Amino acid sequence: MATYQEFIQQNEDRDGVRCSWNLWPSSRLEATRLVVPVSCLYTPLKERPDLPPVQYEPVLCSRANCKAVLNPLCQVDFRAKIWACNFCFQRNSFPPSYAGISEVNQPAELMPQFSTIEYIVQRGPPTPLIFLYVVDTCLEEEDLQALKESLQMSLSLLPPNALVGLITFGRMIQIHELSCEGIAKSYVFRGTKELTPKQIQEMLGLMKPATSGQQGKPLAPHDAAAASCIFLQPVQAVDMNLTDLLGELQRDPWPVPQGKRPLRSTGIALSIAIGLLEGTFPNTGARVMLFTGGPPTQGPGMVVGDELKTPIRSWHDIQKDNARHLKKATKYYEALANRAAVNGHSVDIYACALDQTGLLEMKCLSNLTGGHIVMGDSFNTSLFKQTFQRVFSKDYNGEFRMAFGGTLEVKTSRELKISGVIGPCVSLNTKGPCVSDNEMGVGGTCQWKICSLTPATTLAMYFEVVNQHNAPVPQGGRGAVQFVTQYQHSNTQRRIRVTTIARNWADAQSQIQHIESSFDQEASAVLMARLGVFRAESEEGPDVLRWLDRQLIRLFMFHLRRSPFLQVFNNSPDESSYYRHHFVRQDLTQSLIMIQPILYSYSFYGPPEPVLLDSSSILPDRILLMDTFFQLVIYHGETIAQWRKAGYQEMAEYENFKQLLQAPLDDAQEILQTRFPMPRYIDTEHGGSQARFLLSKVNPSQTHNNLYAWGQESGAPILTDDVSLQVFMDHLKKLAVSSAA
Amino acid sequence: MIRWEFCCASSPAAHVFRPLKASERLTRPLKLFLQQNLINIDLLPQFLFILFSPVSAVFRDRDELRMNVNQQPHMASPYGQPQPGYQGYPQPGYGGGHVPSGYPAQYAPYNGPGSAYQQGPPQGMRGPPTSGAPPVSGAQSYSQFGQGETQNGPPPMGAPPQRPPVSQTYTPGAVNLSGPQPPFSQQFGAPPVSMQQMTNQMASMQVGSTAPSPAGPGYAPPSVSQAAMSAPYTPAAPPSFPPTSAAPSQPPPTEAVARPPPQSYYGAPPPAQQPFPNAVPPFSSTGPTQPQAPPPVSPQSFPQAPPVSQPPFSTAQVPPGPTQSYGGPLPPTQPSFSRPLLPTSQPSTFPAGPPPTSTPSQLPGVMQPQPPVSQPSPYHSGPHPTSTGFPPQVGAPPRPPFAGMQGPPMAPQGPPLASQGPPMVQANHVPPTQPGMPPGPISASMSGPPPQPGMQGYPPQQNGAFGQVRGPQPGYTGPYPGQPNYGAPPAAPAPAPPATKRLDPDSVPSPQASDMPPVQKTRHRIDPDAIPSPIQVIEDDKANKGSEPFTTGVRGQAPPLVTTKFQVKDQGNASPRYIRCTAYNMPCNSDMAKQSQVPLAAVIKPLAPLPPDETPPYLVDHGESGPIRCNRCKAYMCPYMQFIEGGRRFQCGFCSCVTEVPPHYFQHLDHTGKRVDCYDRPELSMGSYEFMATVDYCKNNKIPQPPAFIFLIDVSYNAVKNGMVGIVCQELKTLLDYLPRENPDVESNIRVGFVTYNKVLHFYNVKASLAQPQMMVVSDVADMFVPLLDGFLVNVSESRVVIESLLDQIPEMFADTRETETVFGPVIQAGLEALKAADCAGKLFVFHSSLPIAEAPGKLKNREDKKLVGTDKEKSLFQPQVSFYNTLAKECVVQGCCVDLFLFPNQYVDVATLGVVPTSTGGSIYKYTYFQASSDQERFLNDLRRDVQKPMGFDAVMRVRTSTGIRATDFFGSFYMSNTTDVELAGLDCDKTVTVEFRHDDKLSEETGALMQCAVLYTSCSGQRRLRIHNMAVNCCSQLADLYRNCETDTVINFFAKYAYRSVLSSPIKNVRDSLVNQCAQILACYRKNCASPSSAGQLILPECMKLLPVYLNCVLKSDVLQPGADISLDDRAYLRQLVSTMDVSESHVFFYPRLLPLQKLDVESISVPVAVRDSEERLSRGGVYLLENGLNIFLWVGVNAQQELLQNIFGTPAFGQIDPNMTSLPALDNPFSKRLREIIESVRAQRSRYMKLMVVKQEDKLELIFKHFLVEDKSNNGGASYVDFLCHMHKEIRQLLS
Repeated sequence: MATYQEFIQQNEDRDGVRCSWNLWPSSRLEATRLVVPVSCLYTPLKERPDLPPVQYEPVLCSRANCKAVLNPLCQVDFRAKIWACNFCFQRNSFPPSYAGISEVNQPAELMPQFSTIEYIVQRGPPTPLIFLYVVDTCLEEEDLQALKESLQMSLSLLPPNALVGLITFGRMIQIHELSCEGIAKSYVFRGTKELTPKQIQEMLGLMKPATSGQQGKPLAPHDAAAASCIFLQPVQAVDMNLTDLLGELQRDPWPVPQGKRPLRSTGIALSIAIGLLEGTFPNTGARVMLFTGGPPTQGPGMVVGDELKTPIRSWHDIQKDNARHLKKATKYYEALANRAAVNGHSVDIYACALDQTGLLEMKCLSNLTGGHIVMGDSFNTSLFKQTFQRVFSKDYNGEFRMAFGGTLEVKTSRELKISGVIGPCVSLNTKGPCVSDNEMGVGGTCQWKICSLTPATTLAMYFEVVNQHNAPVPQGGRGAVQFVTQYQHSNTQRRIRVTTIARNWADAQSQIQHIESSFDQEASAVLMARLGVFRAESEEGPDVLRWLDRQLIRLFMFHLRRSPFLQVFNNSPDESSYYRHHFVRQDLTQSLIMIQPILYSYSFYGPPEPVLLDSSSILPDRILLMDTFFQLVIYHGETIAQWRKAGYQEMAEYENFKQLLQAPLDDAQEILQTRFPMPRYIDTEHGGSQARFLLSKVNPSQTHNNLYAWGQESGAPILTDDVSLQVFMDHLKKLAVSSAA
Repeated sequence: MIRWEFCCASSPAAHVFRPLKASERLTRPLKLFLQQNLINIDLLPQFLFILFSPVSAVFRDRDELRMNVNQQPHMASPYGQPQPGYQGYPQPGYGGGHVPSGYPAQYAPYNGPGSAYQQGPPQGMRGPPTSGAPPVSGAQSYSQFGQGETQNGPPPMGAPPQRPPVSQTYTPGAVNLSGPQPPFSQQFGAPPVSMQQMTNQMASMQVGSTAPSPAGPGYAPPSVSQAAMSAPYTPAAPPSFPPTSAAPSQPPPTEAVARPPPQSYYGAPPPAQQPFPNAVPPFSSTGPTQPQAPPPVSPQSFPQAPPVSQPPFSTAQVPPGPTQSYGGPLPPTQPSFSRPLLPTSQPSTFPAGPPPTSTPSQLPGVMQPQPPVSQPSPYHSGPHPTSTGFPPQVGAPPRPPFAGMQGPPMAPQGPPLASQGPPMVQANHVPPTQPGMPPGPISASMSGPPPQPGMQGYPPQQNGAFGQVRGPQPGYTGPYPGQPNYGAPPAAPAPAPPATKRLDPDSVPSPQASDMPPVQKTRHRIDPDAIPSPIQVIEDDKANKGSEPFTTGVRGQAPPLVTTKFQVKDQGNASPRYIRCTAYNMPCNSDMAKQSQVPLAAVIKPLAPLPPDETPPYLVDHGESGPIRCNRCKAYMCPYMQFIEGGRRFQCGFCSCVTEVPPHYFQHLDHTGKRVDCYDRPELSMGSYEFMATVDYCKNNKIPQPPAFIFLIDVSYNAVKNGMVGIVCQELKTLLDYLPRENPDVESNIRVGFVTYNKVLHFYNVKASLAQPQMMVVSDVADMFVPLLDGFLVNVSESRVVIESLLDQIPEMFADTRETETVFGPVIQAGLEALKAADCAGKLFVFHSSLPIAEAPGKLKNREDKKLVGTDKEKSLFQPQVSFYNTLAKECVVQGCCVDLFLFPNQYVDVATLGVVPTSTGGSIYKYTYFQASSDQERFLNDLRRDVQKPMGFDAVMRVRTSTGIRATDFFGSFYMSNTTDVELAGLDCDKTVTVEFRHDDKLSEETGALMQCAVLYTSCSGQRRLRIHNMAVNCCSQLADLYRNCETDTVINFFAKYAYRSVLSSPIKNVRDSLVNQCAQILACYRKNCASPSSAGQLILPECMKLLPVYLNCVLKSDVLQPGADISLDDRAYLRQLVSTMDVSESHVFFYPRLLPLQKLDVESISVPVAVRDSEERLSRGGVYLLENGLNIFLWVGVNAQQELLQNIFGTPAFGQIDPNMTSLPALDNPFSKRLREIIESVRAQRSRYMKLMVVKQEDKLELIFKHFLVEDKSNNGGASYVDFLCHMHKEIRQLLS
C-alpha cells in the first residue's frame, strides 16, 4: 500500500487534484473542527501527455439538475445497458452508440485510470483565436522600440489563422484598420469620454446592418465578423501590413508639458478593445493584451492625474483613504472585466515601468478573466521579452499552452456541497443542489467561467460537509466530486475535460488518526493562503492577519505572514496586486515557492543543498540561489565574491571554482525556462545593493538586536524589527496551549 | 398689392384680370363683353380725361374702375409726378404730356375697332372727371407715369397712345418737350390739355405712364394721338417748364426727339419691314402685319410713319418725325386692337399664320409678351443703332433714337395689336417669308436699316434717347427720356396681347394665359417705353461719367453708377469701390430723415479688389506705439483730423476732441493750416490706406500664426456618385499652389489640412516624413476632437508628395462607399478644433452633399413644408431649425474660423440652417443643385479656384465711426456681432460687403458734413496684423430737395433688399413686402410733396435720382425670396437670401435687374458690348439671340427665327432644331462672331464673383420658363407684377399718402 505521499502524488499526476484532507470527516461538525476545510486544488488543464482525448460526446445523467458525466465510479449494468449516476443515483440507459458495451468492452470513461478524461466535441463552427494588442504609445523611444520589436516578433508566434488587431493609445485611442492597402487607416477616440458598448460598436461601424434596419433582425454573427474584419484580420493575411504598421508606430505626438505625465487613456482603450470584441466575437476565445508603460492619467479608469507633483497612490494613501481615483477606477475596471468575462474574453496586462502603472486598479481585468499580468521595469528587458514570448509557448503537441472560454462545473455527492472557488474565474451564478450557502471565495454557484486557462491554472475549491452528525455515512462510503471543464482548445476545438474524484468518509471520532495522516500540509497551506489572500483582497489587511493567526498555523504560515501576499509593507499596491494575482492561479508547487522561497546553497563542501531560509544560511563561502517565484537571486557570499572579483575562475587551476560559480547559474537557467512569468533575475553578492531581495526574505534569526547572542559562524544580520521564526514559534506555542485550553 | 393689373382703358378688365378672386372671374365675361361691344357712356368723360391727362387719367380710370368693381386698390394710380421740383429732370414731362394726349387718341381709335378698348378709355375718363382737373391731372399722371415708369403702362388702351405721348412727354419733360412739344401739340387737338398736364409733369420730370393712353386715342388718329400727345406735351412742357425753368426746355427737346423716333418707328415699321426683312424680323413682321391687318386704319399711319421715321432718323429726328412716327405707330396699335376685336382682321394678319402659334405661346406667358416680342425685336435692332448714335449725339441724336424707340414700340404695338399675337408671329413669319429678314434685322438694323433699327431700337433706346435728351438738359434729363418712352411703348404692347389672346386661342400655351381674361391684356395701356428705363439710365451714366476719372476729393459727390466703368482717384475719400452711400447729401437732422424715409446707409466692401490702374491702399507704419488715434473716439488718423496749435495737436473730425500729436509724428503746418507732409502721408491725404497693427491689436497680445486652410470633403454616396469628390481632389492638387500670398515670389504661409467625412470624420496625417498619408477616423461625432496635431496642418511644399498621394487615393477609397448619411455640425467643429489646436485663424472649405441626418450634434430633419409658404409661419423656414449652429458660429468667430460651404444637394438640405455658420463667419455658400460632373464641373471649379485664391483677411473686426450726430445702428452682411458696434468677421474676403445703416442721434451741420471712418482690423494671409481704414465724407443738407438730388438708387435697393431679406426671418413675408412698398411710396411721396412743383395729385413725379426705384423695387419684391413661385425650393430661397446679404451694389444691381444683351447686334469689330435691352419679353426678337446674366447664371436665349448665319456662327449649326439645349459652353468656332461672343461671356464672368454657368435657352423650349423668370419687367409666373403694373400701384400708394 502506498503511502499517503504516494497516493497524493499519484492523484495529482492523474487528476491534477490536491486535497487538504484525503479522508473526509463524515459530518459537518467534525469538518468544522478540523479548521482546514475540506478543499482541494484543481488544475483543470493539467498537462496529460498520456491522455489522448476521445472524439465523442460525454454521456450525461438524464436527471435535469444533475447531468453528471458517466465516470468510473458509476455502477453499470452491462446487461441492461444501464448505469447509475453516482451523484444522484439516477438510473440511465446508455445511448445507442454504446450498444456494444460489455464488461470486456468498456468505454474509456468507465476505466479507473480515466478518472480524468477529455472529450472533443462539436459545437458550432470553429472560431479562430483572437489577439488584440492594446499598445501604449506614451513610452520612451527605447521602450517603444523594444515593444514594437516584441510585438512584431509575436506575429510569427501566433497561429496563422488567428485574428489579430491593434489598438494604440496615448492621449487618443486609435483602432487600426488592418485590411486596407495604401493609406493606413485608424479609428480615433478621445481618451476622456466614456462610451457605452453600443456607442463603440456604432462608431466602429459594427452595427451597420442593424441600423440600416434590415427587417429589424439582430446582427447575424457572421455579419458582425465580416464587419469587424477591418480591425481583426488573420495574421497570415496582414502579417506584412501589421509589421509595417507596428514599425511606423510613433510615440504619442501630443506634447507633454514639463511637470506633467503623458496623458494615457488606458481606461478607454480597454473599453474600446472589450467593446470591439464583444460586438464582434462574443463567446469566442480572445485575448486583449494591454502593454502599458505607465498609469492611466485621464478619462475613466484614471489612476492618477497628469500632474507629476501628485504621486501615485501608495498603501499609505489607501489606508488613509487618500487615493482619490482608486475606488472609481477600480469600479470602472471591474465593470470592464465583468463584461469581458461574460463574453469569454481575457485581458492580459503587461506593465513595464519603474513606477506603478495602476495594476491595483486594473488587476481585476486579468483576475476575473484569466489573463496574465506581467510586471517589469521596462519593455526593453529580457524579463518582458521572454515572458511575452512564453505566452505563446507550445506544448508537446505543438499546440499553444492556452485555452479559452472555459466553464468549470462542479458536481458533488449528497454529503458535500461546494462553498466556493478561489482562482482566476467568475461565477456563472448557477444555482444547484450542490451549492452551499456558506460561501468561501467565489461561491453561490456550481459553475464558473474561466476565460483563459493555461495548463498551470489552478483553482482552489472549498467544500462543505453537509452530512449531519446524527446521520452517519455508511462505513466505507465515498464522497465524490466531479469537475467538468468545457473550453476552447488553442487549436479551436471545443473540449470537455471531466475529472471525477472520490475520497472515503471517515468518522472523526473513531478514525482521527487516519484523518490526521491523510492531511496534506502543502495543499492545506496553499489553500489556506489563498483564503488569506482572497480575504486580503477584499478586507482590511490587519484583520486578515489576525484571522490567519487564529487559524491553523503551520511552519509555512510564518513565511506566508511575511510574504508580499499579505504584507503590504515595502510593497507598492501594484506589486501586491501582482503577487496576489499569481498566487491565486499557480499550481501547488509554485504556490509553495511563493509562500516559502527556496534557498539553495552551493559550496565546496558538497553538492548543492537546500538550506533554511534563514539569515544564518548566509555565509561568506557559499553561493546562494533563492527562488521566490518572482525573483531568482544568486547571492555570492563575501569570500566567493572576492575570489570572483580576483578572477580566480579564469585560472585553469581553479577550474572547480569556475564550476562552482556556474552551477547556480545553470540551475537558475533551468528555472527561468519553465517559469511564467519570467522571474526577475538577480545576480548579486555580499554587500551588493541587490542583496536586499535575499535579505528581505530570510528569517531574521539574526538581527541587530540579537546579533551578539549568536556564534561567530552566524550568517548575516538583518536590520529589521520583524519577529524571527523563533519568536514566532514561541508565541505560537503559547497560543496553541492556551487556545487548546 | 401683390398682383396689380392696371387697366387704364378698361378698368373693368383690370378687375377681371385679377385672377385672385373668384367673384371677379364671374364678372369677367360680362366685362369683356362690355369692353368689346359696349361703350359705356359713363366712361366717356373719363376717356376724355385720359386724353387730356394721359397718365393720371389712366390711373384714375383704374381707380374708378376699381371703385366700380370694388377693386379700389387698383384704382390708386399714385404715379404722380412727384417732383416737378427737378427742374432739369425730364420726369415731369414724361407723364403729363404723353399720357393725356395718348389716351384719347388711342381710345378713339380703339373704340372704333373694339368697344372694349373704347370702354377702357372711357373709364379712364371717368377717373379724370372725378378729379375736377382730370385733364390736367391726367396729363400729369401721364407724365408721371412715364416717369414713374410703367404703371401707367397698364392702361393698355391708353398705352399705345401713351407711348408716343410718353416718349413725347419725356422729351418734353426732359428736354424734348420744348422742341417736340410744339409739333405734338399741333398735331393733337386734344393734346393741349394733356400738354399742360404734361408740362407740369414734365417739370417734375416724372414719367407719365398714362401717356400711353394718349397714344391709344391718338391712333385713328394715331397721328393725331401722337400729335395730341406731343401737343399735350409741348403745352404741358411749357407749363411745367415754367416751374422749372430748365425742365421746359428739356422736355421739348425730348418730345421732339421722342416724337421723331416714334415716327421713325412707325415709319420704320414699314420701312422696317422692308429693311427688316433682312434686319429685324419683328419689325418687318410687325410692319407687314400692320399693313395687312391694320391697313384700314393703321396702314395709313404706317405709311406715314415709315416715311417719317426714316426722315427723322436720317435727319437727326426732328419733331416732325416723332409726330409722324406716332401716327405710324398708333395706327398699328389701333389696328391691332381692332384686330383683336375683329377676328377676321386678325386672321388676315395671321396669315402669316405660323406666327400666331408662336405668338400664342408668348402670349400665354404674359399678355405683354406678344407685344414685347414684336417690340423687342424692333427695340433691339433699334438699340444698337441708337446706342451708337446716341452717345455721340448728345441731345439731338438721342432724340432720334428715341423717336425711333418710341416708334418701334408703336410699331410693335401696332403689329401686336393688329394681330398682336399674329403680328409677332407675322413678324417672325415675315422673316421666314423673307428669310433674310429676321436675322437680317439685327445686322441690317445695325447697319443699313438705321431708321428701322432706330425704330426698333428706339423703344429700348428711347430710354437711352431720353437719357441723352436728359443729358443735354440738366443731366437728369437723360433718365427722363427713358421714362417717356415707357409710357408710349406699354400701350402698344398691352393692347397687342389682349388682342392676340382673343385672336389666338391656340396661341395660349400657358394655363395662365388661358386664365387670363383678355381684359388683362387691355389693361396694360401704359407704354413700357414711356416709363423710366434702367437701360437708359445706365447708358446715360456711362456716357456722362464713364469717360473721366472720378476723383474723390469733393465731398458729397455721387459716384458714377456701378454699371459704368470708370477710374477712381483717391483724393481723400474712399473709392466708391470700397464705400457707396445711399445718399451723398444726408439730412441734417432726424426729422428730415424720418420724413423722407430715404435710408441712410453705406455699402462697404473693405477689401474690394481694384482694377490694375488704381493703386491699392498704402501701408502706413506708425511704429511701435501703433497708429495715431483720437483720444476719445479712437478714430484713426485721417484727412479729417484738423491740426492746430502749429501742429502740436489735432482735433478729431468725428468727435472734436483735441489730442496731442506724439513727438515722433510732429510736423509743421503750412500757411493753410495743413501739415507740410500732408501729401507724403497717405493717412493725411487719402481716403483709404492701411496701418500696420502692433501687438496690442492682436488676440491675446500674441503675434498671430499664419492662417490655415482646411478642406473638409463629404465622401458619402451622393458626393462620390455625382463626381464631386473626384473633382475636388483632382483640383486641389494644382490649386494648392495658388494659395493666397502677399508676395508673389514667396511661398504662401498658409498651411493646409484635409478631412473627409460621411457619418464619421476622417482626418489625414500628411506629414512630410511619411511615405503614405495616414487616415484617422473619428466616429465619436457627438464630441468632436482633433485626433492628431502634428501632421494635420502642413506646409504644401513640404508635404506635397504625401498630399498628392492622399488626393489620389481619396476618390479610390470611397469609390464603393454605401454610406449615405452625413454629419455636418461635427465637421465644422473638427475644423474649428484643429484651428484651436494650432492656435491660428483660418478658413474651412466644406464640400457637402446632403441633409445631415446622422446622429450627431447639429443633426437636422427634413422640414421642407411648402404648405407653410405664404403663411405667417413661413419665416420659420428661414430660421435655423436648431440653435446648435448659432453657438458653433460664435465659437468659430472667436477662433477666427471662417467657413465656406459648397453644397451639392440632390434634395432639401436646409440651407437656412447649414448656412448659419458660413454667414456668421464671413464665409460664402455655393450651391450646385443636382450637381453633375459633366455640366457643372466648370462652374464649381472656377468658384473653388476663386474662392481659394482670393485675397482675404482673417479674424477681422470692423468698426464704423461717424461724426457726432449720426451713428451706425444696423449692419447687414455675413458676420457676427457680440456687441452693438463691432462687426466680427472670422474671415473677410475681397467679395464680402457689409451694409451699414446710419441713424441720427443729433444734428449734423451742413458745414462739416457727415464723416464716417470704417476701420477693419485683420490678419493678412501671411499672418500680419493690419488695419484697413476707409474714410468717407458726405454733405449734409437742410433741404429735402438736396437729399433727393444726390442719392443713389442702386445703393438704396441694395439696402432695401438686405433689409427685407433679413426681415423675413422675423416677419411674415407679406408684411415685409408691404413695408418695402410703403417705404418706397413714402420716399416718393415725400419728394412729391416737398420737392416737386405743385401739380395734380394724379401725376406720378419721381426724383431723377430715384426714378428707377420703382422698377428696381419691384424686382426685389418679385425676387424668389419675397415672392416664391411654386417651383422654387426653400433651399434656393434661403440660399439667395444669404447670398444677397453680402452683395455689393454692382452685384445686387445685376442680380435684381439682369443684364440682357442682344447678340444679333454684336459688333465683332468693336470691343464694346451691345447696349443692353430691358428685361422684358417684349424686347426679345424671335430672330435674335440674347445673353442674359444676373451674376449667378448666364442664359443664351435663341429666338425661333434666329438667322441661320447667326446660329452657324454661334453654334456651328444653322438649324435651330439642332442646337443642343444642354450645352454649357459654346463651341469654339473659328469665326469672329463666335470668338467675340465667347470673349464677351468670359469678360462677363470675370466681372462677377461667382462663375456663371451658361444655359442655352431655345425659344418655346421648356427651359424658357426659367429664362422668363429673369425678365423682371414682365409679370412673373409667381404673380409678381410687371413693371408697368407696379408703377401704377406705386402711384396709387403715393397718391394715398399724399391725400
